[in-house]
Amino acid sequence: MKFINYLQSITGVSIYPMISLVLFSLFFIAAAFWALKAPKGMVDHISNIPLDES
Amino acid sequence: MSLEKFAYDNRTVKWFAYASIGWGLIGMLAGLWAALALVLPGINLDFAPTTFGRIRPVHTNAVIFAFVGNGIFMGVYYSLQRLCKARMYSDLLSKIHFWGWQAIIACGALSLFMGFTTGKEYAELEWPLDIAITLIWVVFGANMLGTILKRREAHLYVAIWFYIGTWVAIAMLHIINSFELPLSFMKSYSWYAGVQDALVQWWYGHNAVAFFLTTPYLGLMYYFVPKAANRPVYSYRWSIIHFWALIFIYIWAGPHHLLYTALPEWAQSLGTVFSIMLIAPSWGGMLNGLLTLRGAWDRVREDAILKFFVVALTCYGMATFEGPMLSLKNVNAISHYTDWTIAHVHVGALGWNGFLTFGILYWLLPRLFSTELYNRKWANTHFWLGTLGIIFYVIPMYWAAFTQSMMWKEFTAEGQLKYQFLETVHTVVPMYALRAVGGVFYISGVILMIVNLAKTISRGTFVADEAAEAPALPKVIEVHGKAHWHNWIERRPIQLAVFSLIVVAIGGLLELVPTFLVRSNIPTITSVKPYTPLELHGRDIYIREGCYTCHSQMIRPFRDEVARYGEYSKAGEFVYDHPFQWGSKRTGPDLARIGGKYPDSWHYNHMLDPTSMSPGSIMPRYPWLFEDRMDKTKTPAMITVMRKLGVPYAPGYENQANADLEKQASEIAGSLEKEKLHVGKDREIVALIAYLQRMGKDIKTK
Repeated sequence: MKFINYLQSITGVSIYPMISLVLFSLFFIAAAFWALKAPKGMVDHISNIPLDES
Repeated sequence: MSLEKFAYDNRTVKWFAYASIGWGLIGMLAGLWAALALVLPGINLDFAPTTFGRIRPVHTNAVIFAFVGNGIFMGVYYSLQRLCKARMYSDLLSKIHFWGWQAIIACGALSLFMGFTTGKEYAELEWPLDIAITLIWVVFGANMLGTILKRREAHLYVAIWFYIGTWVAIAMLHIINSFELPLSFMKSYSWYAGVQDALVQWWYGHNAVAFFLTTPYLGLMYYFVPKAANRPVYSYRWSIIHFWALIFIYIWAGPHHLLYTALPEWAQSLGTVFSIMLIAPSWGGMLNGLLTLRGAWDRVREDAILKFFVVALTCYGMATFEGPMLSLKNVNAISHYTDWTIAHVHVGALGWNGFLTFGILYWLLPRLFSTELYNRKWANTHFWLGTLGIIFYVIPMYWAAFTQSMMWKEFTAEGQLKYQFLETVHTVVPMYALRAVGGVFYISGVILMIVNLAKTISRGTFVADEAAEAPALPKVIEVHGKAHWHNWIERRPIQLAVFSLIVVAIGGLLELVPTFLVRSNIPTITSVKPYTPLELHGRDIYIREGCYTCHSQMIRPFRDEVARYGEYSKAGEFVYDHPFQWGSKRTGPDLARIGGKYPDSWHYNHMLDPTSMSPGSIMPRYPWLFEDRMDKTKTPAMITVMRKLGVPYAPGYENQANADLEKQASEIAGSLEKEKLHVGKDREIVALIAYLQRMGKDIKTK
């Protein structure tokens, strides 16, 4: 029942949060980079999807 | 390219719209009742279901999961079909989703009125309903992903990203926070205890606000604001960054609900840092919405729908600025446990969620019935009633919060606390009355809307299946410029869902891992012992009556709190608390060290009529506790379940527990008898007194 004990038995468990923070940041930076660099034609097309009443 | 003919399903959208309006009105009336109960405690009618402790969870759950929940589904079912140029994946799933959700709400409201509650804020529903929510959520997800898969538009508009992110995050939060061990049908104990339970609960509580009240509504905002303004969103690139930044940051910010607790210092600081960082994407999103209206401001002056949207976005901006401020320790020291929190959430609920929903309803329903809104003037009147309602609601609450917090902390020149707790309550009761006036304004606006929409509906004709046509999605999608990994994921909704799950799960883990690493019995306090069987019964009554909605059990390490309530609370004191009952609001005083402060007879008289012991108290009366008998047949199961959760009751103790219970109950009944108070020792009040007299005594110094 006490699953915390399993976590405690992993050596160096405290490194995982750090790894996740770094991965997280890298992913976010990549996503932001993409958003800023995405081709204008595509961005215009997507942003007009809600107004497209076909 | 040949055009495919199909039809949008408007019927489900209409149902969800009606449900949102109907439950919304009920939830708001429950809120008004709760507000009035703080001014006129007598309106509990000496009847358990109409008492504040039960009305308040009904109000919060109804507004969050019924009003906003159905509002989300209404908006998603309308916009998703059009953004994907496809009918919803399955009419059957839509039906199951709709009726399943309404059944959960109805059973949930009923069970909360009856006192079935887990005692964890915003997650009060008991285990059978938790399972039902999980199943219906899966149905919603399948229907949504299925629609995305059979879409006729290559790109996923940003609103859909918000919907997917919402679905994934809520699924994870709900499942992790709902770990509980059933004791019987409709009663369970939280898997976690004390500090851990608090952390998981507030990790959930914070992120439920993020992913139920914020991200889905941002998705709706990104669809309906451009629709109503008839122009594309100000910056689409910005909206993508907004999405990832929110998903990225929100999930890490939960610890700000637990400042000054036993949570490791670095985790508290990380929570604060990420909370401050949240201002950037939140304000980016708000400005993106507001700037979409640039060049349309002349229409904002006349069009009630745009007015609702502008105020909704402004309230979103205010609430998301205030939230990070509240996560600063020095501000939190003042704001926590006061009406500031209540004001903060109502800026969000009344302003952001409420006004966005109203705007969408005014825009949507005439379209579903292919007609015009019955009366534009009424819609404008509704706008002003609602705005006045928000102002009359939040300003008195801020005022009450500052006043009361300052009074709590004030000392005389001799170093004594200047004010009794009750004096501070009396100072703010007029503010509570004003707040109820605000509620009346707001609700009368809603009623006006209902009449207006009913008139609109009666003169239109409903279009259940709206014909549409679009070319099928080509096998090879034309690429604008250079192909990119992001385009790859954009066209693969399943992968996007899995990816978002990983993203939020990693963030969640960071926050939860250290929590679980805090050994549940560190720092060990040997004098802390498990509750006696009678005290366990008393604790269940405490939870059932929703005492935590007005009383905290957490004394922070501040001079005034130690002087008023006693030694500050230690993490080790709560290791047997399944669930924790720290509370988040002090309408009444903290109870962490109430044990032994007053004689049994005081509690007896106080529960029967609080004003007899504390003249002018606004606590309701609890006469039914003196008539109802506790259910002793449950005792062995209670002990067994607690042992399974790690509470060290000796093997076989469950068979002896009721004998111990009888003994302790006789002692309490005997002590009451000496004061000429006659009560059967099997009455619930005896168990409650046992629990109250136990609280905080384990490490009592002196």
